[in-house]
Amino acid sequence: MSISAQKINHIYSKGLADQTVALNDVSFDINDGEFVGIIGHTGSGKSTLLQHLNGLLKPDSGRIFINGRDITEKGVDMMEVRRSTGLVFQYPEYQLFEETVEKDIAFGPLNLGLSQEEAKDRAAEALAMVGLEPCEVAQKSPFDLSGGEKRRIAIAGVIAMKPRVLILDEPTAGLDPKAHKEILDMIEDIHKNEKNITILVSHKMDDIARLCDKILVMEKGTVVMTGTPQEIFSKGEELQAMGLDLPEAAQLILELKKRGIEKDETVLTMEQAERTLLEVLDKC
Amino acid sequence: MNSIVEINNLIFSYSRESGDETTGCIFQNAIDGVDLTIKKGSFTAIIGRNGSGKSTLAKNINALLLPSSGVVYVNGYDTRDQDHLWDIRQTAGMVFQNPDNQIVSSIVEEDVAFGPENLGISPSEIRKRVEDSLGAVNMGDYRKKPPHLLSGGQKQRIAIAGVVAMKPQCIIFDEPTAMLDPKGRGEVMEIIRELNREGITVVLITHFMEEAALADRVIIMDEGKIKLDGSPSSVFAKRDELKSMSLDVPFIVELAHRLRQKGVDIPENTVSRKDLVEYICRSVHRK
Amino acid sequence: MLRDITLGQYYSGESWIHRLDPRVKIIATLLFIVEIFIINSFEGFATAFGALIIVIAASKVPLRFIMRGLKPIFLIILFTFIVNLFIVDGEILVKIWIFTITKEGLYRAVFMAVRLILLIIGSSLLTLCTKPMSLTDGLESLMKPFKIIGVPAHELAMMMTIALRFIPTLIEETDKIMKAQQARGADFETGNIFRRAKHLIPILVPLFISAFRIAQDMAMAMEARCYHGGDNRTKMNGMKFAKRDAFAALLMLLFLAVIILGRVFL
Repeated sequence: MSISAQKINHIYSKGLADQTVALNDVSFDINDGEFVGIIGHTGSGKSTLLQHLNGLLKPDSGRIFINGRDITEKGVDMMEVRRSTGLVFQYPEYQLFEETVEKDIAFGPLNLGLSQEEAKDRAAEALAMVGLEPCEVAQKSPFDLSGGEKRRIAIAGVIAMKPRVLILDEPTAGLDPKAHKEILDMIEDIHKNEKNITILVSHKMDDIARLCDKILVMEKGTVVMTGTPQEIFSKGEELQAMGLDLPEAAQLILELKKRGIEKDETVLTMEQAERTLLEVLDKC
Repeated sequence: MNSIVEINNLIFSYSRESGDETTGCIFQNAIDGVDLTIKKGSFTAIIGRNGSGKSTLAKNINALLLPSSGVVYVNGYDTRDQDHLWDIRQTAGMVFQNPDNQIVSSIVEEDVAFGPENLGISPSEIRKRVEDSLGAVNMGDYRKKPPHLLSGGQKQRIAIAGVVAMKPQCIIFDEPTAMLDPKGRGEVMEIIRELNREGITVVLITHFMEEAALADRVIIMDEGKIKLDGSPSSVFAKRDELKSMSLDVPFIVELAHRLRQKGVDIPENTVSRKDLVEYICRSVHRK
Repeated sequence: MLRDITLGQYYSGESWIHRLDPRVKIIATLLFIVEIFIINSFEGFATAFGALIIVIAASKVPLRFIMRGLKPIFLIILFTFIVNLFIVDGEILVKIWIFTITKEGLYRAVFMAVRLILLIIGSSLLTLCTKPMSLTDGLESLMKPFKIIGVPAHELAMMMTIALRFIPTLIEETDKIMKAQQARGADFETGNIFRRAKHLIPILVPLFISAFRIAQDMAMAMEARCYHGGDNRTKMNGMKFAKRDAFAALLMLLFLAVIILGRVFL
């Protein structure tokens, strides 16, 4: 599985007074099994880009290859594209509608053409993957559950389609710290078990630094930086100039740097910060 | 009387029909015996996980919810006193979590005028208040704009202006930044701090440690009770208790704890990045 | 197609018509609608058209904008025309197979079509030249006298204000829900009308729930801001009856007189 975007352009309200360039010559490659993070301001084009990857939006120019096939060509079966690329929007619990949890999760698989039996099995599988007990929740109404559970069910609804690419737009938005951690751990587990491509859009740099193999930094509709977390977060000052945060550990080291205490390594995690500080303190 | 809110032995439980879906068990009290006094001009942060009762407590202050037992006084008025309901709500204003679902009108200045209009204030006075409030939240240029074109942070600032226009003595912010992006969060927190500097009593319900760190006093709630109460540094330092309540321990606190375990003598009240940076610089220059 | 529904849309401007008191405009529109059903002669309709053209010119709203509003109802006008053409008895003009077109039928068909056109243009002008907030304020003011017989003027106006405020939000919400369901393989395009109706459930249910959630939140927020109905409530932007409104009212009454006289004597 691979994704390749080549010079995608997308303009909203083309020809009208409020025309805006949402994507400007966006190009990038994602390889099989990668966990990719996309960071950038609200308005930098992240959401627009995500919707191109599962065919909800078509670029005005440029091409997108998913597993070698150009999905921007005419006549491409969108159902096929959505079979392989699952997109979880922000606040996905707002899309729940069925009478029971099982039926709601089965919606996706049924749309893909699976039988009722197969869809039910997928629903049970997906429930387990998101850490819920099928026998406990499957027959409940989704609206009887807590906010955190509803979110998991909404995510399960997409996972049940077994996408080779799982895209999540700020999956922890509005959640408290405990639920935040649980959802992220769940995403990490799913990534490891399914060995899929996971694309995570988030503002939480600590999560991005911890989970991602590769990061795309977006600003004003373009990809301004690509690289590993090490590479991206070493450019602390550039990111801050764009109004973007750094992982906590990196911010601490940047502060120390400003006070004259220089350390060469890029520090992203608590463990690395611990090690670096011990060195700094023992050194003297 | 320099306390603006006084809560005595408050117990509150939701009935079967009206539901806070996060409290799974219906018979458990959402608020289980809370005593709390909030001083005029103070900045109090209330932290707790989902279901801890923090939002319920907030709504008991401005009489959106009434106690099952116990009393809540706002500026001396009992919240159950129907005759003074509007005095209470004018004294203690509230800003909610969802920026969209607080805005009544399709024109910004009309929405900010909504509160004063309800209070029966004269049109010319309302005009003045709307101008001042929009200025206070830096949204003066948007007065004629439709709210649905604004960003989350901007909408939330309009909501705050709408409350400020009622000239409350106290504003309760119920997770005001939970649905905002970092930029919006920064804008809103800046305004909250400014309002407190100008003398408005602030009660901030949040689960972001960085926001609570800005307060004079941090209260931690869990299972409907107050578990911790003190200055930010004293509360954040209680790492083990925070962890037991599934709360975020601030990064610096956790890091300091680990370093302490490796023999580094970092003082217990090191809670902010600034504190830690100071300590490290001091140690380095000392040697 | 959605952009072509001019009824309900506001066209920003500062023309004489825009600046009239909304109450005057509402009453004028209502009178106009009554008048077009009183008129029963070519001369009468010509006068009505004339008056409308003058108002359109005074409003400075581009003609093409107004004509666009007729597009969605073109079929209805055509249908009305054809039905009236064939069903009325009287002096036969043409006979095609089993269908007869009578002189009365022709007159009726033309008149009904013209009435529909005047109706749409007249109503559109009201909403094109009056801000939604002004409209609700105007309606509230006009309904106030009827409070005695139990009309909840303020509450109705508040409902309209909030509904108008949330139309763009709900449209956005619908779009988000549609995209989320499409991402799960839902298909809103193919299929016959029954299939497509069934596919609306994944959109309508979440939308309704959203609407209820909004309503709950709004109720709390409004109460927190001391909303308690219309009693003792002031308004920041009052409506003032100015000289131009008196002038407009006068013209309105004159026009009404002309139309009634026309009907009686022609």
